[in-house]
Amino acid sequence: MRRFAATGLLLLLSLFAPFFAYSQTNDASAARIAQLEQRLTDAQTSADNSWMLTSSALVLMMTGPGLALFYGGLVRKKNVLGTMMQSFALMALITVLWAFFGYSLCFGSGSSFVGGLHHLFLRGVGLQPEPAYSPTIPHQTFMVYQLMFAIITPALISGAFAERMKFSAMVLFMVLWSILVYDPMAHMVWGKGGFLNASLGGQFPALDFAGGTVVHVTSGVSALVCALYLGKRLGYPQEAMPPHSVVLSFIGACLLWVGWFGFNAGSALGSGPLATSAFVATHFGAAAAAVGWSAAEWLRNGRPSALGAISGAVAGLVAITPAAGFVKPMPALLIGLIAGVFCYFMVAVVKARFGYDDSLDAFGVHGAGGTLGALLTGIFAASAVNPIFKDAQGNVLPSGLLEGNARQLLNQSVAVLIAWGLAIVGTLIILKIVDVTVGLRVSEDAEIQGLDLSQHGEEGYFWEVST
Amino acid sequence: MTKVEAIIQTSKLEAVKDALREIGVEGMTVLEARGHGRQKGHTEVYRGREYTVDLLPKIKLELVLADDMVERVVNAIATTARTGKIGDGKIFLSRVDEAIRIRNDDRGERAL
Repeated sequence: MRRFAATGLLLLLSLFAPFFAYSQTNDASAARIAQLEQRLTDAQTSADNSWMLTSSALVLMMTGPGLALFYGGLVRKKNVLGTMMQSFALMALITVLWAFFGYSLCFGSGSSFVGGLHHLFLRGVGLQPEPAYSPTIPHQTFMVYQLMFAIITPALISGAFAERMKFSAMVLFMVLWSILVYDPMAHMVWGKGGFLNASLGGQFPALDFAGGTVVHVTSGVSALVCALYLGKRLGYPQEAMPPHSVVLSFIGACLLWVGWFGFNAGSALGSGPLATSAFVATHFGAAAAAVGWSAAEWLRNGRPSALGAISGAVAGLVAITPAAGFVKPMPALLIGLIAGVFCYFMVAVVKARFGYDDSLDAFGVHGAGGTLGALLTGIFAASAVNPIFKDAQGNVLPSGLLEGNARQLLNQSVAVLIAWGLAIVGTLIILKIVDVTVGLRVSEDAEIQGLDLSQHGEEGYFWEVST
Repeated sequence: MTKVEAIIQTSKLEAVKDALREIGVEGMTVLEARGHGRQKGHTEVYRGREYTVDLLPKIKLELVLADDMVERVVNAIATTARTGKIGDGKIFLSRVDEAIRIRNDDRGERAL
Protein backbone atom coordinates (compact mmCIF):
# COMPACT_ATOMS: atom_id res chain seq x y z
CA MET A 1 0.00 0.00 0.00
CA ARG A 2 2.75 2.45 0.96
CA ARG A 3 4.62 1.69 -2.22
CA PHE A 4 1.52 2.47 -4.24
CA ALA A 5 1.06 5.72 -2.31
CA ALA A 6 4.69 6.71 -2.79
CA THR A 7 4.58 5.93 -6.52
CA GLY A 8 1.25 7.69 -6.82
CA LEU A 9 2.68 10.74 -5.12
CA LEU A 10 5.73 10.67 -7.34
CA LEU A 11 3.53 10.37 -10.41
CA LEU A 12 1.40 13.24 -9.20
CA LEU A 13 4.41 15.36 -8.53
CA SER A 14 5.85 14.58 -11.92
CA LEU A 15 2.63 15.89 -13.45
CA PHE A 16 3.49 19.22 -11.91
CA ALA A 17 7.12 19.10 -12.99
CA PRO A 18 6.49 20.99 -16.26
CA PHE A 19 4.89 23.75 -14.26
CA PHE A 20 7.97 24.12 -12.11
CA ALA A 21 10.16 24.16 -15.15
CA TYR A 22 7.82 26.59 -16.91
CA SER A 23 7.76 29.12 -14.10
CA GLN A 24 11.56 29.02 -14.00
CA THR A 25 11.60 29.92 -17.71
CA ASN A 26 8.83 32.46 -17.16
CA ASP A 27 10.86 34.26 -14.49
CA ALA A 28 13.93 34.29 -16.72
CA SER A 29 11.93 35.60 -19.68
CA ALA A 30 10.35 38.33 -17.65
CA ALA A 31 13.71 39.45 -16.39
CA ARG A 32 15.10 39.33 -19.89
CA ILE A 33 12.22 41.37 -21.28
CA ALA A 34 12.59 43.93 -18.53
CA GLN A 35 16.26 44.19 -19.31
CA LEU A 36 15.60 44.62 -23.02
CA GLU A 37 12.96 47.25 -22.36
CA GLN A 38 15.41 49.16 -20.20
CA ARG A 39 17.99 49.00 -22.96
CA LEU A 40 15.46 50.27 -25.46
CA THR A 41 14.64 53.17 -23.17
CA ASP A 42 18.33 53.87 -22.76
CA ALA A 43 18.83 53.81 -26.52
CA GLN A 44 15.94 56.21 -27.02
CA THR A 45 17.35 58.49 -24.34
CA SER A 46 20.77 58.32 -25.95
CA ALA A 47 19.44 59.34 -29.33
CA ASP A 48 17.19 62.10 -28.03
CA ASN A 49 19.69 63.43 -25.52
CA SER A 50 22.50 63.69 -28.01
CA TRP A 51 20.33 65.74 -30.34
CA MET A 52 19.03 67.88 -27.48
CA LEU A 53 22.45 68.65 -26.09
CA THR A 54 23.61 69.51 -29.59
CA SER A 55 20.56 71.71 -30.05
CA SER A 56 21.28 73.48 -26.79
CA ALA A 57 24.77 74.27 -28.00
CA LEU A 58 23.40 75.47 -31.34
CA VAL A 59 20.96 77.84 -29.69
CA LEU A 60 23.65 79.29 -27.44
CA MET A 61 25.75 79.81 -30.54
CA MET A 62 22.89 81.86 -31.97
CA THR A 63 23.47 84.43 -29.24
CA GLY A 64 27.21 84.19 -29.16
CA PRO A 65 28.59 84.78 -31.67
CA GLY A 66 25.58 84.71 -34.00
CA LEU A 67 23.56 87.66 -32.75
CA ALA A 68 26.63 89.46 -31.42
CA LEU A 69 28.15 89.49 -34.89
CA PHE A 70 24.89 90.22 -36.68
CA TYR A 71 24.15 93.24 -34.52
CA GLY A 72 27.80 94.18 -34.08
CA GLY A 73 28.33 94.59 -37.78
CA LEU A 74 25.26 96.80 -38.15
CA VAL A 75 26.37 99.50 -35.70
CA ARG A 76 29.09 102.10 -36.11
CA LYS A 77 32.65 101.06 -35.38
CA LYS A 78 32.77 102.96 -32.11
CA ASN A 79 29.92 100.83 -30.72
CA VAL A 80 30.88 97.35 -31.89
CA LEU A 81 32.12 96.05 -28.54
CA GLY A 82 29.34 97.68 -26.59
CA THR A 83 26.81 95.95 -28.82
CA MET A 84 28.49 92.55 -28.58
CA MET A 85 28.87 92.96 -24.85
CA GLN A 86 25.11 93.30 -24.51
CA SER A 87 24.59 89.84 -25.95
CA PHE A 88 27.46 88.29 -24.07
CA ALA A 89 26.48 89.76 -20.72
CA LEU A 90 23.13 88.05 -21.07
CA MET A 91 24.78 84.70 -21.73
CA ALA A 92 26.29 85.03 -18.29
CA LEU A 93 23.59 86.86 -16.41
CA ILE A 94 20.49 84.99 -17.54
CA THR A 95 22.22 81.70 -16.82
CA VAL A 96 22.66 82.61 -13.19
CA LEU A 97 19.11 83.90 -12.85
CA TRP A 98 17.82 80.77 -14.56
CA ALA A 99 19.67 78.51 -12.18
CA PHE A 100 18.38 80.40 -9.16
CA PHE A 101 14.72 80.88 -10.03
CA GLY A 102 14.20 81.51 -13.73
CA TYR A 103 13.64 77.89 -14.65
CA SER A 104 11.22 77.50 -11.79
CA LEU A 105 9.18 80.55 -12.77
CA CYS A 106 8.90 79.27 -16.33
CA PHE A 107 8.44 75.54 -15.95
CA GLY A 108 7.53 74.91 -12.36
CA SER A 109 3.91 74.28 -11.51
CA GLY A 110 2.17 77.42 -10.42
CA SER A 111 -0.75 79.40 -11.74
CA SER A 112 -1.92 79.70 -15.32
CA PHE A 113 0.26 82.74 -15.75
CA VAL A 114 3.53 82.04 -14.03
CA GLY A 115 5.31 79.10 -12.45
CA GLY A 116 6.07 78.66 -8.79
CA LEU A 117 9.26 78.32 -6.81
CA HIS A 118 9.29 74.55 -6.49
CA HIS A 119 12.45 74.35 -8.55
CA LEU A 120 14.27 77.17 -6.76
CA PHE A 121 18.00 76.60 -7.17
CA LEU A 122 17.04 73.76 -9.51
CA ARG A 123 15.68 71.64 -6.72
CA GLY A 124 14.21 68.50 -8.21
CA VAL A 125 15.85 69.03 -11.55
CA GLY A 126 17.95 65.91 -11.83
CA LEU A 127 18.96 63.47 -14.49
CA GLN A 128 15.73 61.50 -14.67
CA PRO A 129 13.25 62.75 -17.26
CA GLU A 130 10.45 65.14 -16.40
CA PRO A 131 7.63 63.27 -18.09
CA ALA A 132 5.33 66.27 -18.52
CA TYR A 133 7.83 68.04 -20.72
CA SER A 134 10.28 65.57 -22.21
CA PRO A 135 9.84 61.91 -21.28
CA THR A 136 13.02 60.62 -22.91
CA ILE A 137 15.75 63.05 -21.85
CA PRO A 138 17.18 64.02 -18.48
CA HIS A 139 15.35 66.92 -16.85
CA GLN A 140 18.59 68.89 -16.76
CA THR A 141 18.89 68.63 -20.53
CA PHE A 142 15.43 70.15 -20.88
CA MET A 143 16.37 72.83 -18.37
CA VAL A 144 19.59 73.80 -20.09
CA TYR A 145 17.96 73.77 -23.51
CA GLN A 146 15.27 76.15 -22.37
CA LEU A 147 17.94 78.33 -20.77
CA MET A 148 19.38 79.09 -24.18
CA PHE A 149 16.01 80.49 -25.26
CA ALA A 150 15.85 82.62 -22.14
CA ILE A 151 19.25 84.02 -23.07
CA ILE A 152 18.61 84.96 -26.67
CA THR A 153 15.17 86.50 -26.18
CA PRO A 154 16.29 89.56 -24.21
CA ALA A 155 19.40 89.83 -26.36
CA LEU A 156 17.17 90.50 -29.36
CA ILE A 157 15.78 93.61 -27.70
CA SER A 158 19.21 95.25 -27.66
CA GLY A 159 18.78 95.90 -31.35
CA ALA A 160 16.29 98.64 -30.60
CA PHE A 161 18.33 100.67 -28.17
CA ALA A 162 21.66 100.11 -29.86
CA GLU A 163 24.33 102.78 -29.57
CA ARG A 164 22.67 104.76 -26.79
CA MET A 165 21.82 102.71 -23.70
CA LYS A 166 23.95 102.63 -20.58
CA PHE A 167 25.41 99.22 -19.85
CA SER A 168 24.34 99.38 -16.20
CA ALA A 169 20.82 100.30 -17.28
CA MET A 170 20.74 97.43 -19.73
CA VAL A 171 21.79 94.94 -17.05
CA LEU A 172 19.04 96.09 -14.69
CA PHE A 173 16.51 96.22 -17.48
CA MET A 174 17.27 92.69 -18.61
CA VAL A 175 17.07 91.21 -15.12
CA LEU A 176 13.64 92.76 -14.61
CA TRP A 177 12.46 91.95 -18.13
CA SER A 178 13.34 88.29 -17.91
CA ILE A 179 11.40 88.00 -14.65
CA LEU A 180 8.39 90.15 -15.52
CA VAL A 181 7.92 89.40 -19.22
CA TYR A 182 9.81 86.33 -20.41
CA ASP A 183 9.14 83.98 -17.51
CA PRO A 184 5.36 84.49 -17.47
CA MET A 185 5.07 84.27 -21.27
CA ALA A 186 7.16 81.12 -21.43
CA HIS A 187 5.10 79.62 -18.65
CA MET A 188 1.82 80.47 -20.33
CA VAL A 189 2.81 78.85 -23.61
CA TRP A 190 5.07 76.01 -22.52
CA GLY A 191 4.68 75.52 -18.78
CA LYS A 192 2.47 73.05 -16.95
CA GLY A 193 -1.02 74.49 -16.71
CA GLY A 194 -0.06 77.50 -18.75
CA PHE A 195 -2.97 79.61 -19.99
CA LEU A 196 -1.95 79.17 -23.61
CA ASN A 197 -0.37 75.73 -23.44
CA ALA A 198 -1.58 73.55 -26.29
CA SER A 199 -0.51 70.23 -24.81
CA LEU A 200 -0.68 70.74 -21.06
CA GLY A 201 -4.11 72.10 -20.35
CA GLY A 202 -4.27 75.65 -21.60
CA GLN A 203 -7.55 77.53 -21.80
CA PHE A 204 -6.56 79.01 -25.16
CA PRO A 205 -4.23 76.38 -26.58
CA ALA A 206 -1.85 78.24 -28.86
CA LEU A 207 0.46 76.57 -31.32
CA ASP A 208 3.90 78.00 -30.76
CA PHE A 209 6.45 75.35 -31.53
CA ALA A 210 9.69 77.12 -30.74
CA GLY A 211 8.76 80.57 -29.53
CA GLY A 212 7.14 82.82 -32.14
CA THR A 213 5.20 84.56 -29.39
CA VAL A 214 7.41 83.74 -26.41
CA VAL A 215 10.64 84.88 -28.02
CA HIS A 216 10.01 87.04 -31.05
CA VAL A 217 6.79 88.90 -30.37
CA THR A 218 7.72 89.72 -26.78
CA SER A 219 11.23 90.88 -27.63
CA GLY A 220 10.22 92.62 -30.84
CA VAL A 221 7.38 94.60 -29.29
CA SER A 222 9.47 95.41 -26.22
CA ALA A 223 12.09 96.65 -28.65
CA LEU A 224 9.62 99.07 -30.19
CA VAL A 225 8.63 100.37 -26.77
CA CYS A 226 12.29 100.88 -25.88
CA ALA A 227 13.02 102.67 -29.14
CA LEU A 228 10.11 105.05 -28.58
CA TYR A 229 10.86 105.62 -24.90
CA LEU A 230 14.60 106.18 -25.28
CA GLY A 231 14.23 108.31 -28.36
CA LYS A 232 16.36 108.49 -31.45
CA ARG A 233 20.11 108.40 -31.64
CA LEU A 234 21.86 111.78 -31.87
CA GLY A 235 21.82 112.83 -35.47
CA TYR A 236 19.20 110.31 -36.58
CA PRO A 237 17.95 110.30 -39.31
CA GLN A 238 19.95 113.11 -40.96
CA GLU A 239 23.41 111.78 -40.15
CA ALA A 240 24.65 108.79 -42.09
CA MET A 241 25.03 105.76 -39.85
CA PRO A 242 25.69 102.87 -42.18
CA PRO A 243 26.77 99.48 -40.82
CA HIS A 244 30.48 99.49 -40.10
CA SER A 245 30.85 95.87 -41.22
CA VAL A 246 28.24 94.06 -43.27
CA VAL A 247 30.84 91.26 -43.33
CA LEU A 248 30.42 90.66 -39.60
CA SER A 249 26.65 90.79 -39.96
CA PHE A 250 26.84 88.27 -42.79
CA ILE A 251 28.81 85.83 -40.68
CA GLY A 252 26.43 86.36 -37.80
CA ALA A 253 23.39 85.76 -39.96
CA CYS A 254 24.75 82.49 -41.29
CA LEU A 255 25.49 81.34 -37.76
CA LEU A 256 21.93 82.28 -36.84
CA TRP A 257 20.54 80.20 -39.72
CA VAL A 258 22.52 77.12 -38.74
CA GLY A 259 21.90 77.65 -35.05
CA TRP A 260 18.17 77.95 -35.71
CA PHE A 261 18.08 74.24 -36.50
CA GLY A 262 18.73 73.75 -32.82
CA PHE A 263 16.15 76.38 -31.95
CA ASN A 264 13.33 74.87 -34.03
CA ALA A 265 14.19 71.23 -34.63
CA GLY A 266 15.38 70.94 -31.04
CA SER A 267 11.96 72.05 -29.90
CA ALA A 268 10.78 68.60 -30.92
CA LEU A 269 12.50 67.59 -27.69
CA GLY A 270 13.60 64.41 -29.39
CA SER A 271 15.44 63.12 -32.40
CA GLY A 272 12.55 61.53 -34.23
CA PRO A 273 10.54 62.47 -37.31
CA LEU A 274 9.11 65.63 -35.73
CA ALA A 275 12.63 67.01 -35.46
CA THR A 276 13.10 66.28 -39.15
CA SER A 277 9.89 68.06 -39.98
CA ALA A 278 10.88 71.12 -37.99
CA PHE A 279 14.38 71.09 -39.48
CA VAL A 280 13.06 71.03 -43.04
CA ALA A 281 10.43 73.67 -42.37
CA THR A 282 13.03 75.93 -40.76
CA HIS A 283 15.41 75.70 -43.65
CA PHE A 284 12.72 76.19 -46.26
CA GLY A 285 11.31 79.18 -44.40
CA ALA A 286 14.71 80.87 -44.27
CA ALA A 287 15.48 80.27 -47.92
CA ALA A 288 12.11 81.42 -49.25
CA ALA A 289 12.24 84.55 -47.11
CA ALA A 290 15.69 85.45 -48.40
CA VAL A 291 14.28 85.15 -51.90
CA GLY A 292 11.22 87.20 -50.98
CA TRP A 293 13.12 90.06 -49.37
CA SER A 294 15.70 90.14 -52.16
CA ALA A 295 13.02 90.13 -54.83
CA ALA A 296 11.17 92.97 -53.15
CA GLU A 297 14.38 94.93 -52.82
CA TRP A 298 15.41 94.23 -56.39
CA LEU A 299 12.09 95.52 -57.65
CA ARG A 300 12.09 98.59 -55.44
CA ASN A 301 15.76 99.60 -55.58
CA GLY A 302 16.98 98.02 -58.79
CA ARG A 303 19.54 95.87 -56.98
CA PRO A 304 19.42 93.16 -54.27
CA SER A 305 21.80 93.82 -51.39
CA ALA A 306 23.76 91.38 -49.26
CA LEU A 307 22.35 92.93 -46.10
CA GLY A 308 18.87 92.57 -47.51
CA ALA A 309 19.34 88.92 -48.39
CA ILE A 310 20.61 87.96 -44.95
CA SER A 311 17.94 90.06 -43.25
CA GLY A 312 15.35 88.26 -45.32
CA ALA A 313 16.64 84.90 -44.18
CA VAL A 314 16.43 85.99 -40.56
CA ALA A 315 12.89 87.25 -41.07
CA GLY A 316 11.90 83.88 -42.49
CA LEU A 317 13.48 82.06 -39.58
CA VAL A 318 11.53 84.25 -37.20
CA ALA A 319 8.24 83.62 -38.94
CA ILE A 320 8.70 79.87 -39.20
CA THR A 321 9.62 79.59 -35.52
CA PRO A 322 6.07 79.10 -34.20
CA ALA A 323 5.15 76.95 -37.21
CA ALA A 324 8.20 74.73 -37.55
CA GLY A 325 6.85 71.57 -35.95
CA PHE A 326 3.32 71.98 -37.26
CA VAL A 327 3.52 72.67 -40.99
CA LYS A 328 4.51 70.72 -44.05
CA PRO A 329 7.42 71.76 -46.29
CA MET A 330 5.45 73.60 -48.97
CA PRO A 331 3.54 75.78 -46.52
CA ALA A 332 6.89 76.46 -44.84
CA LEU A 333 8.16 77.88 -48.12
CA LEU A 334 5.06 80.02 -48.41
CA ILE A 335 5.33 81.30 -44.86
CA GLY A 336 8.95 82.22 -45.52
CA LEU A 337 8.16 84.01 -48.75
CA ILE A 338 5.39 86.07 -47.19
CA ALA A 339 7.60 86.92 -44.20
CA GLY A 340 10.46 88.04 -46.40
CA VAL A 341 8.31 90.50 -48.32
CA PHE A 342 6.33 91.64 -45.27
CA CYS A 343 9.38 92.31 -43.09
CA TYR A 344 11.15 94.11 -45.93
CA PHE A 345 8.15 96.38 -46.14
CA MET A 346 8.13 96.91 -42.36
CA VAL A 347 11.81 97.81 -42.29
CA ALA A 348 12.22 99.79 -45.49
CA VAL A 349 8.87 101.58 -45.67
CA VAL A 350 6.95 101.60 -42.39
CA LYS A 351 9.88 102.50 -40.20
CA ALA A 352 10.84 105.45 -42.38
CA ARG A 353 7.24 106.63 -42.53
CA PHE A 354 6.75 106.61 -38.76
CA GLY A 355 10.27 107.77 -38.01
CA TYR A 356 11.08 105.65 -34.95
CA ASP A 357 14.70 104.66 -34.43
CA ASP A 358 14.49 100.90 -34.04
CA SER A 359 18.17 100.88 -34.84
CA LEU A 360 18.65 97.25 -35.82
CA ASP A 361 15.06 96.45 -36.76
CA ALA A 362 14.25 94.27 -33.79
CA PHE A 363 10.59 95.23 -34.13
CA GLY A 364 10.49 95.12 -37.91
CA VAL A 365 11.91 91.62 -38.07
CA HIS A 366 11.11 89.96 -34.76
CA GLY A 367 8.01 91.75 -33.59
CA ALA A 368 6.32 91.90 -36.97
CA GLY A 369 7.73 88.62 -38.25
CA GLY A 370 6.82 86.79 -35.10
CA THR A 371 3.26 88.11 -35.15
CA LEU A 372 2.87 87.14 -38.79
CA GLY A 373 4.31 83.68 -38.20
CA ALA A 374 2.09 83.02 -35.18
CA LEU A 375 -1.02 83.86 -37.18
CA LEU A 376 0.05 81.87 -40.24
CA THR A 377 0.66 78.90 -37.96
CA GLY A 378 -3.03 78.98 -37.13
CA ILE A 379 -3.76 78.67 -40.83
CA PHE A 380 -1.25 76.08 -41.96
CA ALA A 381 -0.85 73.77 -38.96
CA ALA A 382 -1.43 70.15 -39.99
CA SER A 383 -2.20 67.29 -37.62
CA ALA A 384 -0.44 64.90 -40.00
CA VAL A 385 2.80 66.61 -39.04
CA ASN A 386 2.04 66.91 -35.35
CA PRO A 387 -1.13 65.42 -33.87
CA ILE A 388 -1.24 67.88 -31.02
CA PHE A 389 -4.99 68.02 -30.50
CA LYS A 390 -6.85 64.88 -29.53
CA ASP A 391 -10.31 64.25 -28.21
CA ALA A 392 -11.15 62.29 -25.05
CA GLN A 393 -11.00 58.99 -26.94
CA GLY A 394 -7.55 59.77 -28.34
CA ASN A 395 -8.69 60.53 -31.89
CA VAL A 396 -6.64 63.14 -33.65
CA LEU A 397 -8.34 66.48 -34.19
CA PRO A 398 -7.54 69.04 -36.90
CA SER A 399 -4.85 71.59 -36.03
CA GLY A 400 -5.17 74.62 -38.28
CA LEU A 401 -7.63 76.57 -40.38
CA LEU A 402 -6.96 74.80 -43.67
CA GLU A 403 -7.55 71.49 -41.97
CA GLY A 404 -10.89 72.62 -40.63
CA ASN A 405 -10.04 74.09 -37.23
CA ALA A 406 -11.03 77.71 -37.63
CA ARG A 407 -10.94 78.34 -33.89
CA GLN A 408 -7.19 77.96 -33.85
CA LEU A 409 -6.76 81.38 -35.40
CA LEU A 410 -8.58 82.78 -32.39
CA ASN A 411 -6.23 80.98 -30.03
CA GLN A 412 -3.23 82.24 -31.96
CA SER A 413 -4.59 85.76 -31.82
CA VAL A 414 -5.10 85.52 -28.07
CA ALA A 415 -1.49 84.41 -27.64
CA VAL A 416 -0.26 87.22 -29.85
CA LEU A 417 -2.36 89.80 -28.01
CA ILE A 418 -1.14 88.59 -24.64
CA ALA A 419 2.44 88.76 -25.87
CA TRP A 420 1.94 92.30 -27.15
CA GLY A 421 0.18 93.38 -23.98
CA LEU A 422 2.69 91.83 -21.62
CA ALA A 423 5.57 93.25 -23.61
CA ILE A 424 4.15 96.77 -23.75
CA VAL A 425 3.02 97.02 -20.15
CA GLY A 426 5.98 95.16 -18.69
CA THR A 427 8.54 97.06 -20.68
CA LEU A 428 7.04 100.46 -19.89
CA ILE A 429 7.08 99.73 -16.18
CA ILE A 430 10.63 98.44 -16.29
CA LEU A 431 11.89 101.35 -18.38
CA LYS A 432 10.40 103.76 -15.89
CA ILE A 433 12.02 101.98 -12.96
CA VAL A 434 15.42 101.86 -14.64
CA ASP A 435 15.19 105.45 -15.81
CA VAL A 436 14.40 106.68 -12.32
CA THR A 437 17.08 104.63 -10.60
CA VAL A 438 20.05 104.29 -12.93
CA GLY A 439 19.17 106.42 -15.95
CA LEU A 440 18.64 104.83 -19.34
CA ARG A 441 20.64 106.78 -21.91
CA VAL A 442 24.30 107.56 -21.99
CA SER A 443 25.22 111.23 -21.94
CA GLU A 444 25.54 113.08 -25.23
CA ASP A 445 29.32 113.13 -24.93
CA ALA A 446 29.43 109.42 -24.24
CA GLU A 447 27.15 108.73 -27.19
CA ILE A 448 29.39 110.73 -29.51
CA GLN A 449 32.50 109.08 -28.09
CA GLY A 450 30.92 105.67 -28.53
CA LEU A 451 29.89 102.90 -26.17
CA ASP A 452 33.14 100.98 -26.50
CA LEU A 453 35.16 103.74 -24.92
CA SER A 454 32.55 105.29 -22.66
CA GLN A 455 31.00 102.11 -21.23
CA HIS A 456 33.87 99.67 -21.44
CA GLY A 457 37.12 101.64 -21.85
CA GLU A 458 38.04 99.69 -24.95
CA GLU A 459 38.30 100.00 -28.68
CA GLY A 460 37.07 97.25 -30.95
CA TYR A 461 39.85 97.66 -33.49
CA PHE A 462 43.16 99.14 -32.48
CA TRP A 463 44.61 99.47 -35.96
CA GLU A 464 46.69 102.52 -35.17
CA VAL A 465 49.87 103.47 -36.97
CA SER A 466 52.00 103.49 -33.84
CA THR A 467 53.01 100.20 -32.25
CA MET B 1 63.37 122.45 -53.69
CA THR B 2 59.77 121.87 -54.64
CA LYS B 3 57.01 119.83 -53.00
CA VAL B 4 54.76 117.95 -55.40
CA GLU B 5 51.38 116.93 -54.01
CA ALA B 6 49.34 114.76 -56.34
CA ILE B 7 45.81 113.51 -55.67
CA ILE B 8 45.00 110.58 -57.96
CA GLN B 9 42.54 107.74 -58.44
CA THR B 10 43.28 104.77 -56.17
CA SER B 11 43.46 102.47 -59.17
CA LYS B 12 46.34 104.47 -60.64
CA LEU B 13 48.78 104.18 -57.77
CA GLU B 14 50.79 101.20 -59.08
CA ALA B 15 51.17 102.71 -62.54
CA VAL B 16 52.30 106.08 -61.16
CA LYS B 17 54.80 104.45 -58.77
CA ASP B 18 56.28 102.46 -61.67
CA ALA B 19 56.56 105.57 -63.86
CA LEU B 20 58.28 107.53 -61.08
CA ARG B 21 60.75 104.74 -60.41
CA GLU B 22 61.62 104.66 -64.09
CA ILE B 23 62.66 108.33 -64.10
CA GLY B 24 64.80 107.91 -60.99
CA VAL B 25 62.59 109.17 -58.16
CA GLU B 26 63.77 107.54 -54.96
CA GLY B 27 61.45 108.77 -52.22
CA MET B 28 57.74 109.44 -51.78
CA THR B 29 54.99 109.41 -49.19
CA VAL B 30 51.63 107.85 -49.98
CA LEU B 31 48.48 108.67 -48.03
CA GLU B 32 44.96 107.28 -48.26
CA ALA B 33 42.59 110.20 -48.53
CA ARG B 34 38.95 110.97 -49.18
CA GLY B 35 37.66 113.86 -51.14
CA HIS B 36 36.15 115.22 -54.31
CA GLY B 37 36.37 118.05 -56.76
CA ARG B 38 33.56 118.14 -59.26
CA GLN B 39 33.07 114.38 -59.18
CA LYS B 40 29.66 113.26 -57.99
CA GLY B 41 29.47 110.64 -55.27
CA HIS B 42 27.26 107.57 -55.25
CA THR B 43 24.36 106.26 -53.20
CA GLU B 44 24.49 103.20 -50.96
CA VAL B 45 21.42 101.54 -49.51
CA TYR B 46 21.29 99.67 -46.18
CA ARG B 47 17.98 98.22 -44.99
CA GLY B 48 16.06 100.62 -47.14
CA ARG B 49 17.93 103.73 -45.99
CA GLU B 50 19.93 105.67 -48.57
CA TYR B 51 23.33 107.10 -47.80
CA THR B 52 25.05 109.54 -50.16
CA VAL B 53 28.77 108.93 -50.21
CA ASP B 54 30.47 112.02 -51.69
CA LEU B 55 33.83 111.75 -50.00
CA LEU B 56 35.44 109.33 -52.39
CA PRO B 57 38.59 107.33 -51.73
CA LYS B 58 41.68 108.85 -53.32
CA ILE B 59 45.44 108.44 -53.06
CA LYS B 60 47.65 111.40 -52.23
CA LEU B 61 51.33 111.31 -53.19
CA GLU B 62 53.82 113.69 -51.65
CA LEU B 63 57.30 114.16 -53.06
CA VAL B 64 59.98 116.77 -52.34
CA LEU B 65 62.34 117.15 -55.29
CA ALA B 66 65.23 119.16 -56.63
CA ASP B 67 63.82 121.83 -58.95
CA ASP B 68 65.34 120.28 -62.08
CA MET B 69 63.36 117.03 -61.51
CA VAL B 70 59.96 118.67 -61.12
CA GLU B 71 59.01 118.96 -64.81
CA ARG B 72 59.68 115.29 -65.53
CA VAL B 73 57.90 114.11 -62.39
CA VAL B 74 54.79 116.19 -63.05
CA ASN B 75 54.60 114.83 -66.62
CA ALA B 76 55.11 111.26 -65.45
CA ILE B 77 52.34 111.53 -62.88
CA ALA B 78 49.89 113.39 -65.10
CA THR B 79 50.23 111.12 -68.15
CA THR B 80 50.10 107.91 -66.11
CA ALA B 81 47.22 108.95 -63.87
CA ARG B 82 45.04 110.46 -66.60
CA THR B 83 41.85 108.67 -67.74
CA GLY B 84 40.18 111.72 -69.25
CA LYS B 85 37.18 111.52 -66.89
CA ILE B 86 36.18 113.78 -64.04
CA GLY B 87 37.82 112.50 -60.84
CA ASP B 88 41.35 112.06 -62.24
CA GLY B 89 42.70 114.42 -59.58
CA LYS B 90 45.10 117.35 -59.29
CA ILE B 91 48.79 118.16 -58.77
CA PHE B 92 49.98 121.05 -56.62
CA LEU B 93 53.48 122.48 -56.42
CA SER B 94 54.88 124.51 -53.55
CA ARG B 95 58.28 125.72 -52.43
CA VAL B 96 60.13 123.93 -49.62
CA ASP B 97 62.28 126.06 -47.28
CA GLU B 98 64.54 123.29 -45.96
CA ALA B 99 65.04 119.54 -45.98
CA ILE B 100 66.88 117.53 -43.31
CA ARG B 101 67.89 113.86 -43.32
CA ILE B 102 67.29 112.61 -39.80
CA ARG B 103 69.91 109.88 -39.93
CA ASN B 104 72.93 112.08 -40.51
CA ASP B 105 71.68 115.67 -40.51
CA ASP B 106 72.26 116.23 -44.28
CA ARG B 107 70.72 119.53 -45.38
CA GLY B 108 69.27 120.96 -48.58
CA GLU B 109 69.30 118.98 -51.82
CA ARG B 110 71.73 116.48 -50.28
CA ALA B 111 68.92 115.44 -47.97
CA LEU B 112 66.52 114.61 -50.83
